[in-house]
Amino acid sequence: MHSFGYRANALLTFAVTILAFICAIASFSDNFSNQNPSAQIQILNINWFQKQPHGNDEVSLTLNITADLQSLFTWNTKQVFAFVAAEYETSENALNQVSLWDAIIPEKEHAKFWIQISNKYRFIDQGHNLRGKDFNLTLHWHVMPKTGKMLADKIVMSGYRLPNAYR
Amino acid sequence: MCFLAPSQRSRSSSTDMDWQGQKLAEQLMQILLLIAAVVAFVVGYATASFRTMMLIYAGGVVVTTLITIPNWPCFNRHPLKWLDPSEAEKHPKPQVVVVSSKKKSSKK
Repeated sequence: MHSFGYRANALLTFAVTILAFICAIASFSDNFSNQNPSAQIQILNINWFQKQPHGNDEVSLTLNITADLQSLFTWNTKQVFAFVAAEYETSENALNQVSLWDAIIPEKEHAKFWIQISNKYRFIDQGHNLRGKDFNLTLHWHVMPKTGKMLADKIVMSGYRLPNAYR
Repeated sequence: MCFLAPSQRSRSSSTDMDWQGQKLAEQLMQILLLIAAVVAFVVGYATASFRTMMLIYAGGVVVTTLITIPNWPCFNRHPLKWLDPSEAEKHPKPQVVVVSSKKKSSKK
């Protein structure tokens, strides 16, 4: 370590390497947290159910979403992205996933919520297969950490059914 | 700069930090940074605050910089005594006699 610049370079490199280790250990410590999120979705009303000019079915729903995602938050969590998707099967596609609503939850305090809204994004089918269709409403979430790997999981709620005729 | 002959050496480099001081400064730097990292992680984890961890570590890096990078006098306690240039001229280097290897192999 001869000169000023040499010592400064050595210090900076070592400091950054150790910083990388700290972040890796912080990310690893997330594995020890106990996660038990819960959610419930209720369809309050089917506002309308029509066939669009192009031939695709569209339905508008009013949803009542209750969720408690507080246990997903650790010291290493920046935000949680949650979205509700309607999932069903048709003769054309084995799996259709249509996103109906999403939200970014920046803090633990906002992670326990109850919301009643009509679907934020349009529920349009590829085709006209929705009459009498059974579908699942799944709450997906992505936990975005401050450092480390993003984690994605979901809760599947089944038992929902669309009416047999257009309204 | 330590490889230059005494007469060519600049004045400042001989008083910045001696060899013992450099070793001490390097060891201090590594130990201090490791301690700062451990303290930062433990406090951050205990208070569940990522920001606290980063702030403590940054503070540790700054403190380490202030301690190990400038040429403090404590790092110059064992300066080397270079030979004075006028003395070196009085005692020239001995001439090295090169023995030719061809002579030795022919003796056999």
